[in-house]
Amino acid sequence: MSKRHSTGGRLLNREKALHFTFNGQKFSGYEGDTLASSLLANDQMLVGRSFKYHRPRGVVAAGAEEPNGLVNMGEGGRFEPNQRVTTTELFDGLTARSQNHWPSLEFDIGVVNSRLARFLPAGFYYKMFIHPRPFWKYIYEPFIRQSAGLGQAPKEPDADTYEHFYHFCDLLIIGGGIAGLQAAKTAAKSGARVMLIEQTGHWGGRAVVDGGMVDGDPVDNYVEQTVAELAALDNVTLRTRMMGAGVYDHGYVLGYEQLRDHLPGSMGPRHRLWRIRAGHIVTATGAIERPLSFAGNDVPGVTLAAAVRDYLVNYGVSIGQRTVVVTNNDDAYRTAFALHDAGLSVPAILDARTGLGKTDMRERAEARGITVMAGHAVASVKGGKRVTGIAVCKQEGAGAVVQEIACDAVAMSGGWSPVVHLWSHCGGKLQWDADHAFFRPDADKAPTGDAGQPFVTVAGAANGALKLADILEDADAGARAAAAQIGHKIRKSKSPVAQREEEAPLEPVWLMPAEAEVKLRSKAWLDYQNDVKVSDVQLAAQEGFESVEHAKRYTTLGMATDQGKLSNINGLAILSDALGRPIPQTGTTTFRPPYTPISMGAIGGEARGEVFQPLRRTPMHDWHAAHGADWEPVGHWRRPYAFVRDGERLKDSVNREVLNTRRNLGLLDASTLGKIIVKGPDAPKFLDMMYTNMMSTLKPGKCRYGLMCSENGFLIDDGVVARLDEQTYLCHTTTGGAERIHQHMEEWLQTEWWDWQVYVANVTEQYAQVAVVGPNARRALEKLGGMDVSKEALGFMEWADGTLGGFKVRAYRISFSGELSYEIAVDASHGLALWEKLMEAGAAFGVMPYGTEALHILRAEKGFIMIGDETDGTVIPQDLGLDWAISKKKEDFLGKRAQARRHMTDPKRWKLVGLETLSGAVIPDGAYAIGEGTNANGQRNVIGRVTSTYYSPTLDRGIAMGLVLYGPDRMGEVISFPGTEGATFKARIVDPVFYDKEGEKQNV
Amino acid sequence: MLILTCPVCSVTAEETEFHGGGEAHLTRFGPGASEEEFENYLFMRENPRGVHFERWRHVYGCGKWFHAARCTTTLEVFGTYPAQTLEPPKTLRAQISKKRPGWFWRGFE
Repeated sequence: MSKRHSTGGRLLNREKALHFTFNGQKFSGYEGDTLASSLLANDQMLVGRSFKYHRPRGVVAAGAEEPNGLVNMGEGGRFEPNQRVTTTELFDGLTARSQNHWPSLEFDIGVVNSRLARFLPAGFYYKMFIHPRPFWKYIYEPFIRQSAGLGQAPKEPDADTYEHFYHFCDLLIIGGGIAGLQAAKTAAKSGARVMLIEQTGHWGGRAVVDGGMVDGDPVDNYVEQTVAELAALDNVTLRTRMMGAGVYDHGYVLGYEQLRDHLPGSMGPRHRLWRIRAGHIVTATGAIERPLSFAGNDVPGVTLAAAVRDYLVNYGVSIGQRTVVVTNNDDAYRTAFALHDAGLSVPAILDARTGLGKTDMRERAEARGITVMAGHAVASVKGGKRVTGIAVCKQEGAGAVVQEIACDAVAMSGGWSPVVHLWSHCGGKLQWDADHAFFRPDADKAPTGDAGQPFVTVAGAANGALKLADILEDADAGARAAAAQIGHKIRKSKSPVAQREEEAPLEPVWLMPAEAEVKLRSKAWLDYQNDVKVSDVQLAAQEGFESVEHAKRYTTLGMATDQGKLSNINGLAILSDALGRPIPQTGTTTFRPPYTPISMGAIGGEARGEVFQPLRRTPMHDWHAAHGADWEPVGHWRRPYAFVRDGERLKDSVNREVLNTRRNLGLLDASTLGKIIVKGPDAPKFLDMMYTNMMSTLKPGKCRYGLMCSENGFLIDDGVVARLDEQTYLCHTTTGGAERIHQHMEEWLQTEWWDWQVYVANVTEQYAQVAVVGPNARRALEKLGGMDVSKEALGFMEWADGTLGGFKVRAYRISFSGELSYEIAVDASHGLALWEKLMEAGAAFGVMPYGTEALHILRAEKGFIMIGDETDGTVIPQDLGLDWAISKKKEDFLGKRAQARRHMTDPKRWKLVGLETLSGAVIPDGAYAIGEGTNANGQRNVIGRVTSTYYSPTLDRGIAMGLVLYGPDRMGEVISFPGTEGATFKARIVDPVFYDKEGEKQNV
Repeated sequence: MLILTCPVCSVTAEETEFHGGGEAHLTRFGPGASEEEFENYLFMRENPRGVHFERWRHVYGCGKWFHAARCTTTLEVFGTYPAQTLEPPKTLRAQISKKRPGWFWRGFE
């Protein structure tokens, strides 16, 4: 059993007990505990089930690399899945539930998968789910959906807040172990701005657990002193509970700070995402111990040797009372010593090294009375939900059992792997160190910055220096090199010297025993969370997945939430062996940020709810809100879709607005329309290039509807252009297009015709604009008084400056509705006043404001196109019958050459027509018209699609526009559009102008 | 995230302050161009491992377009220069030659 000892636990405050629940059961721990240590203290070894076979899973590590201990944490708006028990600091009232089991953790139905393991090999999904097809839909998919995913998705909005921070420093040091601390201490002397971040709540990393002497003092004292020294310096920023999540181009780093995960209920943001730009980065991220691959290495109670030490020293918790240590290196002996010194039983150290002679560690073990079995290995582990014993065999051989040992825990060590993730994120290369059997950073192939300089230096264990004395030396040297890299000099000073402990070399052991039979190999786990075993990787190699990236995806090795922190090296060693080639030639999979998962809340930061995105409001926005506006987002604007009156349904409001505009008077807030001033001696020439129409011949005082195409020939925007004087135009764009078109113009002026004398300015927000529309429009304006708005003074497609009701205005006689219509522009600051004045003056003429849906219906009744409805980025003006707006005289304009390309002049291009349903019903938006026959995929051929479709209150029937094959030549023909649920709409092809074909109403 | 220096306003800033605009030094073909010329102009782009010339706009700054010479593999920025030119400046080309002897890009070397 695992239990808490009455003494020990350097991180605990035994004065303060904390209470929490796991799967509804009440437990207690102490301040300073992690959830993992407090569960173990309560003998709760079983913490979850594996993904595929639902095998019982216990805690295997003590840090960020933990693959098994993932739980659903919290309730309601603070519920979060996949929280790692080893890095979750315990707090009072914590609630956690284990994952991936049904109906309970102790008794799980899915474990049947484990018995079927023989039938669920690597690539099972790919092999099984191809045929037969109906099986996929009715059997496999529901099965996978049921069992997919470990945790549950939260159901309520996140109750916490998050924020982003921006930070700039000369040197960012990631990792607050002794390497990071020493690097900071050295670098700080240069005067550089240094930031040191540590992912846990404690400084000192492993060294404080493992002990040792620095300058004649215990390493704890060195850590304490160094932190105090650094905290006193102005040029050093220290942060704990902050992980270096990712290293990106040119020294950009994301830091993830967990401010209040351990202080729930306190005020302030929960997480903070730091966006750091560093001159240089030192990664002092330490190393992670590797498991050994033997049969049953996943049984709860089999734990990494260093983790056993961590729990004992930091939390006073022993994983077992009789612990067998199995190792291929000297470091695991420290676990045996620690256990023995705490009065716990260590029946044996199985040292797999075949050539192990008389070593210092062996002598120290034997002096304590611990049996060291050199050249021996674990043949298999006994027990289901808990280790009950092991069978011992020779490492060399196929696994013939020589002895059985009863025990309740196994401490394993397969050596250490430097944490090279951050080094690799931005392109740092690795080299294989055969002596230590690990990949280490290749200092000659560092990630490079904007000037080609290396911008990451690795220090300490992350750089392959595993011994205390080496770590301190390496960190000091690394900091000096890093500071020099950014132009800071460090005066020579004595760096601390640690006492050296002699260690015998490690022997790589990738499989235990070396010639293990398939029965053992198929129980030897590599990836605990995703259930990938030695036999799976060997099968993948046998089936031709030779690239490590392919083998990873085929087997799912390293694809779990721990991203292969434990399994990666062991897996690729097995793969290399199976392929008969050296490990460095197999290489590693790509390391990608973040180092461990970060919260979605932190990524979003403050951008939630109201402040998710800035909102653009017209000067009349609040008036609309007060008058029943039902809002529609258009770009970053909000426009009223309709003004809904009390007791009215939305569609009734729309129909009322349409009819009233046709019969009386409607007002539309058109302020969102883009307005771009184009000015200069070459403005006419420039606009001739930008528009398909001839704009240079437009007379001052006149307006012209213009089309804009990309160089590809496709329509990108439309709008009315007014010529203000010889050298000045005002170009209207679509609401969503103002910024885009302004930039489009700037691009061509700056990069192609930079010698042309033209300025463009986006004045969209400088003006408010009101469309005054309907048969009573002129009368309403005349009531306001001021400028002459008669047909003679201000004809259709003309504009004039003047005053109306005391406002200085520019009046355009343009119409997007087919009615008599004026658009009145005024300084934005007068927009609301003008609007209210028009409402007042219009009262006698039946005025009503109308929204965007009425605007759409009014324009569709007239067959006017809408960018984004009739166009989708693949439509040219010729498709829409807009040939009249394309100048034949101009030598060139953007899109002209493209529109002459073969595909653009193909008579088979679908063309715009009107569509009238035979029944008068409204065709569904986006419906396709069906033609004769089928295509190569056996689908029915399509001959057109609906681009706009509405109920027209004016005509009391459904109307639509669409693009149809040979459409304009097929007037009167009836085609069918399948709808949903078996309905079919038959529609007659007609002229797209449904209302006032001669255009008399707008020209009165 | 890259760091770039705008040659127009001299501000050195994060990539998020800029907007990439694809390959630099394209020659525009319009009416009168052959199908092949026009398609090359519209669609065919360099995709080198190494020295590349590209367009950027200082969109959240001075608003100006400029060109950058950059290594696509190491992300080193050799230099930036205003967009109002038909070819990379000679001095910049010489600087690149020092760091990447024998480089060439389209017609330039």
